[in-house]
Amino acid sequence: MSVTELEFQASVVEAAPEQAIEGRSQWQLTWRRLRHDKMAVASIVVILIITVLALLAPVFAAVLHHGEYQAFTGAGLSSAGIPVGPGTHGFPLGTDYVGRDLLVRILYGARISLFVGISTTLMATVAGVGMGLVAGYFGGHVDTVLARFADVVLAFPILVLALALAAIYGPSLLIVLGVITFFSWAGIFRIVRGQTLSIKEKEYIEAARSLGAGPWRIMFIDIFPNLLGPVLVLATLYIPTAVVFEATLSFLGIGIPAPTPSWGVILSEAQNYYLESWWYVVFPALALLITTLAFNLLGDGIRDAMDPRTERLFAARGNRRQRRTRKTRPAGPDALPPLTVSELGE
Amino acid sequence: MRPRPKWPTQSRPVPRRGERDRVSDTLSQDGTASLLPEAELEDDVLVRVDNLVKHFPVKAGGLIGRTVGHVQAVDGVSLTIRRGQTLGLVGETGCGKSTLARCIAGLIPVTSGTVTFERRDITNLSRRAMRPFRREIQMIFQDPYGSLNPRRRVGAIIGDPFAIHNTATGAERKRQVQELMERVGLNPEHYNRFPAEFSGGQRQRIGVARALALRPKLIICDEPVSALDVSIQAQVLNLLSDLQDDFGLSYLFIAHDLEVVRHVSDAVIVMYLGKIAEAGPKGPVYEMPRHPYTAALLSAAVAADPKLAAARQRIILTGDVPSPINPPSGCRFHPRCPKAAGPCSQQEPPLESKPGDPATHLTACHFPVEAGQDLALADRREWP
Repeated sequence: MSVTELEFQASVVEAAPEQAIEGRSQWQLTWRRLRHDKMAVASIVVILIITVLALLAPVFAAVLHHGEYQAFTGAGLSSAGIPVGPGTHGFPLGTDYVGRDLLVRILYGARISLFVGISTTLMATVAGVGMGLVAGYFGGHVDTVLARFADVVLAFPILVLALALAAIYGPSLLIVLGVITFFSWAGIFRIVRGQTLSIKEKEYIEAARSLGAGPWRIMFIDIFPNLLGPVLVLATLYIPTAVVFEATLSFLGIGIPAPTPSWGVILSEAQNYYLESWWYVVFPALALLITTLAFNLLGDGIRDAMDPRTERLFAARGNRRQRRTRKTRPAGPDALPPLTVSELGE
Repeated sequence: MRPRPKWPTQSRPVPRRGERDRVSDTLSQDGTASLLPEAELEDDVLVRVDNLVKHFPVKAGGLIGRTVGHVQAVDGVSLTIRRGQTLGLVGETGCGKSTLARCIAGLIPVTSGTVTFERRDITNLSRRAMRPFRREIQMIFQDPYGSLNPRRRVGAIIGDPFAIHNTATGAERKRQVQELMERVGLNPEHYNRFPAEFSGGQRQRIGVARALALRPKLIICDEPVSALDVSIQAQVLNLLSDLQDDFGLSYLFIAHDLEVVRHVSDAVIVMYLGKIAEAGPKGPVYEMPRHPYTAALLSAAVAADPKLAAARQRIILTGDVPSPINPPSGCRFHPRCPKAAGPCSQQEPPLESKPGDPATHLTACHFPVEAGQDLALADRREWP
């Protein structure tokens, strides 16, 4: 390429109109891709609905005049002492074995499930990211100790510890939170540590060190933004795991103590009545299923949206649709994407 | 508006460069300036490196990790960098150029030897003690893609030095960053863009702006242009030389491209396997190389003048670069040297001025190349 050609190119770039000064961040791009993923959008909507319903649980209780612990031994139970079905005597989803409103209890259960799921995931993420960054960045003995500790946690029999704790201290919300957090951070720790190990060898970390940046600044300003993507995906997928974990512990009687309405508790009570009262087991199980499914699908959607190749996949799908509708128009040279300023170079 | 790029051509060099050559040549001829420490004008010296050694331990696998050897990346290198001058450092991949640069910048601890900056010893300082010197010594990195954090906006990247050293905040920092962007030929309105939205040359300008932010006295350029297209290389090199004039910068310029080093440097050091093979002012080293390695490198470089290229005999080096874990005895170059003889494998040649050379031109060779000697004929292999 001759000098004049280059100069011409340089002047073309100079003459290009100044637009799109604000660069698109990774998050803006991810959100744009996520918006086009129907499954992910549906999951977001479902999660929002569940959250709103959980927040409105007291309103439902007030409107129905059915408290979460209020047992209606008269209207709520049949003459044989069996729960009444959905729609009877003003119980939209029927009652449980002592005549409490199942809908109100499931809505209150959603509060517990979401609270446990989100709070344990938050705590586990903070712990996992913090320890992973420290282990990966500092390396050496710190890394050895933390990594072995994580290995021990991952190899630990979860239910045995939960049973032992419940036996000593009695089942409580605090123990549920502690146990779930304790067994969740190690997975995030491993991912963060591995990523940190690879990122800290990058030249821009050396550049930060040559500017005089300290280890904490490098960890949280330079390395952390590069980890946010995988951590967000992982955290979204940990929420349903924690929800199921809580239900499992409560079902076994070592989680949330009995009168508190948790989905696990309701399912555990329903064991003796499901033959006569299908609603007793179906509705709480459906609530659990829909919640975990929505979070899992959202996690998958975020993972796809983070992947820059997905956009091209979607674009290809869009093109195909276009071609199908406008079959007569041949794909000419105008089908090529326009050359952007940044592609021209300097 | 970005300044119009200059286009250097071989026939019409930038005049400023020529002036500097004359200055360095006269200095070397009357012996007032020299690479030898005792003959130096002390005030003129910005950085002095004395007998710097950097060995990386090689560990056997396993949990304990027994040290089984050392990579002798840099083995006894001494050099000086003068105020406002450019010291070129050439050598092939793996000869220890980058390790040397990182030792001088204080990014990795040195095994032995000293680094002094303005007569203050900065060898193996703690991070806190090194902090004031970070403002004086900055680096430009080789990879314009790897040296910028892809998740951070350009404004934040260039603003980092201000944030770390607490020199400017808020609107003042933004103003200074945009000033820097303008100075290195970037559009200051691109403040909020991400590195991925720039081309390789523009990214390297971002790296230059970041290095310039704290107004350092020394910038270590670790192969700053080797990842760029030739046309972009010229632009970045011009930018670096303009900045040198404006801010009185000194450069340690590392490259493996001899022509690039010739273009920018006042003095040149040729390294081979962690040691200095030849050092001196640019003119003598390029016109009258005394070390067979330098001669071989120069004979292999692409000449700008095709007539000259046709007349020149290429010296073909045989074999590979030996392992720096177990370097050859005596002169490290002897297994590949076309002139190697008895003492070469026994005795390490001292780095000294050879008869007939200016006092500043140092060569580490028992049998330096003489004028008019044709090394290509001494080669053990036939050139097809």
